[in-house]
Amino acid sequence: MRALVWHGANDIRCDTVPDPEIEHPRDAIIKVTTCAICGSDLHLHDNFMPGMEKGDIVGHEFMGEVMEVGSEAKSALKVGERVVVPFTIWCGECDQCKRGNYSVCERSNRNKALADKVFGHTTAGLFGYTHLTGGYAGGQAEYVRVPMADRTHIKIPGGLTDEQVLFLGDIFPTGWQAAAQCDIQPTDTVAIWGCGPVGQMTIRSAILLGAKQVIAIDRVPERLAMAKAGGAITINFEEESVVERLNELTGGKGPEKCIDAVGMEAHATATLDSMYDRAKQALMLESDRAHVLREMIYVCRPAGTLSIPGVYGGLIDKLPFGMAMNKGLTWRMGQTHVNRWTDDLLNRIQEGQIDPSFVITHTVPLDQGPEMYKTFRDKRDGCIKVVLKP
Amino acid sequence: MAYYDRSSAGDNLARGLGWFSIGLGVAELMAGRSIARWMGMEDKTNLIRAYGVREITAGVGLLALGDPKPWIWSRIAGDAVDMATLAAGMEDNPRAGNARIAFGAVMATTVLDVVCVQKLHREEAYHRSLPVPDYSGRSGFPRPVSAMRGAASDAPIGQDMRTPRILQFQPAQSQAASS
Ligand SMILES: NC(=O)c1ccc[n+]([C@@H]2O[C@H](COP(=O)([O-])OP(=O)(O)OC[C@H]3O[C@@H](n4cnc5c(N)ncnc54)[C@H](O)[C@@H]3O)[C@@H](O)[C@H]2O)c1
Ligand SMILES: [Zn+2]
Ligand SMILES: [Zn+2]
Repeated sequence: MRALVWHGANDIRCDTVPDPEIEHPRDAIIKVTTCAICGSDLHLHDNFMPGMEKGDIVGHEFMGEVMEVGSEAKSALKVGERVVVPFTIWCGECDQCKRGNYSVCERSNRNKALADKVFGHTTAGLFGYTHLTGGYAGGQAEYVRVPMADRTHIKIPGGLTDEQVLFLGDIFPTGWQAAAQCDIQPTDTVAIWGCGPVGQMTIRSAILLGAKQVIAIDRVPERLAMAKAGGAITINFEEESVVERLNELTGGKGPEKCIDAVGMEAHATATLDSMYDRAKQALMLESDRAHVLREMIYVCRPAGTLSIPGVYGGLIDKLPFGMAMNKGLTWRMGQTHVNRWTDDLLNRIQEGQIDPSFVITHTVPLDQGPEMYKTFRDKRDGCIKVVLKP
Repeated sequence: MAYYDRSSAGDNLARGLGWFSIGLGVAELMAGRSIARWMGMEDKTNLIRAYGVREITAGVGLLALGDPKPWIWSRIAGDAVDMATLAAGMEDNPRAGNARIAFGAVMATTVLDVVCVQKLHREEAYHRSLPVPDYSGRSGFPRPVSAMRGAASDAPIGQDMRTPRILQFQPAQSQAASS
């Protein structure tokens, strides 16, 4: 089959690789009909995440048709059914899964021993995302093996297009959880850094959850325009001071809720801390650039909440933790517990409350994937979200 | 938005110049004295070391992920300073020949820098000439935003995702009272 394969920094290729097979009775094989490139894939493409190996198949936002089901998954899944696959693999039986904390499932990471060492305790297995999280083959491919498939799926009823439901596997619940874990009150101002696909979903979620004021920050004009369409007041951080504007919009008190939908590859304009981060990252002395985190800690209202869906890979430097501690900030973060939210979100899509396909700007065949990684990363051609058709 | 494309031809050249800057900078810093002596300009040893630091800074800037243009411009300015220093050092210098060789080398890299920065600006101009797509109609909602605000305020969100009541900002009075 054809699949997008990681070969190193800036080097993802469309290769021919062996078809996946059932390896465990709980597995299923899915024929992918639609998949997408996620901002998290960019961290792999740019080689900022440790733990990738040459030959790894990438992609973790995908859906398709069930082709084959292992004996232990048969009661939950049938051949021919249409499913979206969540990027977090979960067992449904461990303590964490019982609490709904699927992204930290204790049993789905087959490289648990390694993860235990690196993270202290393992987190869930993820598709197409480094050997620290299991090194499972990803979904930017014609076929995928889905482990623990009796749990790891979202069934899609008829009448909805792939484009409407695909993002249930990642960015929609990610934006939703980012907003939900802020416990938004009708009086809240929610500031969201980053108007990429995750930021866009977060903006819509914060509106649906009833925020008084949603403020979105980025520097890419067409992304800001899309943020505005979704109900956000926008700040272009290249043209205005983020801190000043946020204070202005909140009567000098700062937003109650701050969301980092940017992650480890944050940009900044000629600020001292960003020069410092870039230099250290270039010399490989630091893995993540923390400009957004620093800004959030600084501007957030005391006793407010920081919600961090943006992905970080390792160590950050010069984080003003004293400021965070003294202001009594609440931190909420993590990979998304996808299946915790998807029943409700699928309902909302069906009811027509939201149509997540608004974010798609590019649809291309799988073999154009490698170029689209660059188009998406460099924000060329108005690119916001890329959908691939194997 | 400052535009740069970290996989373009101009960018590759910029990256090459970045590595060159680091190499040259390290050499100037470590071997400042021998370089100065070779050109018959011993009195400029510390200056050459300082130029080394400047080169390394530019190199790191170029290799980092941001916009390479300001760094290439800083290299061009640096080249000018180098050439001025060399020109001044050629007077009454028995080793002026070597200084002239160095001058020629700097001039050659200046040409590369200028080519590079022109390429980068051309790429930016091309990018800016492309039409910006209009996403102002893409709300994702079936009705105006004002009608959607709070439409999901009844969503099932577990207690573990909730802020403890006392930490909620609203309504302030009843919070204080209930504590
Ligand atoms: N927690 C999860 O489960 C989960 C799931 C999906 C994605 N993610 C992460 O979410 C993040 C965003 O993903 P995406 O798909 O939207 O990616 P993206 O790269 O398209 O979006 C990032 C956006 O942030 C903007 N940005 C950069 N620096 C900024 C700054 N200083 N201030 C404000 N905005 C800035 C960029 O211009 C860009 O538009 C990534 O880190 C991704 O890994 C997390
Ligand atoms: Zn993702
Ligand atoms: Zn589990």
